[in-house]
Amino acid sequence: MAFESLTDKLQNVFKNLRSKGRLTEADVKASLKEVKMALLEADVNFKVVKQFVKSVEERAVGADVLNGLNPGQMVIKIVNEEMTSLMGSEVTELEFQPGQAKTVIMMCGLQGSGKTTSAAKIAGKLFRKGKKSLLVACDVYRPAAYEQLKINAEKVGADFFGIEGENDVVKIVKAAMDEAVSKNDNVIIIDTAGRLQIDDVLMEELVHIKEAVTVHQTLLVVDAMTGQEAVNVADTFNEKIGIDGVVLSKMDGDARGGAALSVKSVTGKPILFVGMGEKLTDMDQFYPDRMASRILGMGDVLSLIEKAGEQIDEKKEKEMSAKLKKGKFDFEDYLESMNQMKKMGGLASVMSMLPGMGGMLPKGANMADLTDQIDDKKMARTEAIVLSMTKQERQNPDILNPSRKHRIAKGAGVDIAEVNRLIKQFTQAQKMMKQMPQLMGKRGRFKLPF
Amino acid sequence: MALFSKLFAGLSKTRAQFDDELAEIFARDEIDDDFYDDLEELLILADIGVKATENIIDGLREDAKKLRIKSPNELGSHLALKVKDQMATCEADYEFENRKSVVLVVGVNGVGKTTTIGKLAAKYRADGKKVIVAAADTFRAAAQDQLSVWAERSGAYLITGKDGQDPSSVVYDAVNAARSRDTDICLIDTAGRLNNKKNLMEELKKMNRIIEREYPDAYKETLIVLDGATGQNAVNQAREFKDATDVSGIVITKLDGSAKGGIAIAIQSELSIPVKFVGVGEGVDDLQKFDADTYVRALFYREGADDDAGETEE
Repeated sequence: MAFESLTDKLQNVFKNLRSKGRLTEADVKASLKEVKMALLEADVNFKVVKQFVKSVEERAVGADVLNGLNPGQMVIKIVNEEMTSLMGSEVTELEFQPGQAKTVIMMCGLQGSGKTTSAAKIAGKLFRKGKKSLLVACDVYRPAAYEQLKINAEKVGADFFGIEGENDVVKIVKAAMDEAVSKNDNVIIIDTAGRLQIDDVLMEELVHIKEAVTVHQTLLVVDAMTGQEAVNVADTFNEKIGIDGVVLSKMDGDARGGAALSVKSVTGKPILFVGMGEKLTDMDQFYPDRMASRILGMGDVLSLIEKAGEQIDEKKEKEMSAKLKKGKFDFEDYLESMNQMKKMGGLASVMSMLPGMGGMLPKGANMADLTDQIDDKKMARTEAIVLSMTKQERQNPDILNPSRKHRIAKGAGVDIAEVNRLIKQFTQAQKMMKQMPQLMGKRGRFKLPF
Repeated sequence: MALFSKLFAGLSKTRAQFDDELAEIFARDEIDDDFYDDLEELLILADIGVKATENIIDGLREDAKKLRIKSPNELGSHLALKVKDQMATCEADYEFENRKSVVLVVGVNGVGKTTTIGKLAAKYRADGKKVIVAAADTFRAAAQDQLSVWAERSGAYLITGKDGQDPSSVVYDAVNAARSRDTDICLIDTAGRLNNKKNLMEELKKMNRIIEREYPDAYKETLIVLDGATGQNAVNQAREFKDATDVSGIVITKLDGSAKGGIAIAIQSELSIPVKFVGVGEGVDDLQKFDADTYVRALFYREGADDDAGETEE
């Protein structure tokens, strides 16, 4: 996240303006220029941006500024709402044929967009829901595409079908239908070759597949990093073969994913899934509101809140905050909070979801430097040190004498200096925690306690 | 001009839509804010990026003022110059081809690293060089098979490891083989990794250390492969890969679609890493050396139309 977040930029725009009760045209114009730039940096298509900015302007001028918000935040609120509604306000699920009928899904997209991986991920997701899929290899061009799908099928618990050396995809899909009957699969997922949308011959091939068998869902896989081109790709695929939904891949990168907005607004088709990682289980439901925040660079606050809600035991949380307030925070609690952090996907992942991280960093530093300091690996070492303490030591760090420290260092396989450093940092953290209530009020920056 | 026509054909789709609008803008009667706004829009649509676009537009405004240019038509010839100003070139760009070298090929997933290596291997084999290709992508299922097909086609020597094996050990084998066999070029394929995945970036550093240690005499080249359809995130990718591995050149693939590959300009403008190759088609010969003049011309000028560079398409 090398970008300054839109929220920060707008804060700057409005620094010199006094808060008014109502958004004036000047307020809106000033902020929309920043909104426009942020959207372009996020690779939202220029034409989509123009139209979007215009509709926001119409709605925003004259709108009341809500209590507790400044004009900038108010504009963001409107922008965010408009974008969420543009992205499709509801979560869309994959549609299945009723009863025992088989559902046929065809994947399509440009080369390298992640079709094969997405196909396997969807099969895995369905497998966990108790549906058995047949993955069909119809990429007859890329060397080893057949093997890739075959290996992945095995990994996700799906059946696999392909005819090695066969170049006629229609023959393959027809044979696949019989295979699905004999293997009793509920869903048939056809992986096709990557193609350029301007390659008529290859586009024809997809049409032929659709003519040969009934395809219930045609999913277009779009790389979240796609630039201005996303619009043309989606438009052509939709026009020539007709698509029913979109899978957004490689969302675990740091691309803002403006392509999503472009594709949605051009085709009107819902985004069903987002690919979030390299493991075959890393496929998530698509949430329009979160995507809106991400494109605007506001951090995925909602996801974070929800994730935190899922993972953190509420009771423990209360105990912890009570302890924090009293400054009675020992190594046991330290361990506990580290565990929670881990459940939420590591500190680095938590940090990246927070909004305005850019603003908190010292000049010249970027997110990578910061995550350097709070490397999850370092956390593991810290954990090892804490785990090498006895229970008594953890609850009462004051008793740690050189001989004990020596033992701990040996147990954790680290240098004694590292143990000393941790203890020192811990004592500082303890002090800081005592002052927390005051600190929180001031918006101060503080070093994390490790 | 064979190179030019290939690139030209590759970018032809790009140019078709682009041309009309560009021609329309430069055929206007006067230079006003609308003129600049529309031009800006066109450049951003080509993925040239907000910053580079601003630089270009500012440059044009300055020229117009300084030279008292009144008609858009006259300003047209300055556009290519301003775009070229944003690009980086360097004399030693292709030095690795003349030396005993180890070329590490990196990039995010699905940009065409393996294919690029296959094409480079074929090219250097055709030049009569001894080539090793190493499949250090032990993560993606069947990535090694894909590379072995390419190796077989071109007659390059292939080094592989087992699926899930430490990729650095494949690098170790490859570099040692390259040294003992006195190979001209050793091309190393790495697993696609997103630029924000710290561990994987560390892995690249480890590979570099191994190359450095095992074969210090080799000329080292690190090429980052970028998908021509990628938007502004490509700049981030290049920046972060550069931090991790000292990227010395860029390969832009898939310019045969309708994507304009303006990121070539965006990246050079921000990071000063030269673009060395561009892929303009699926054929083995469709990976070409990059030339800023040719690129700009192919991007901005109509077939057969006169332009200041004095070149026309054959």
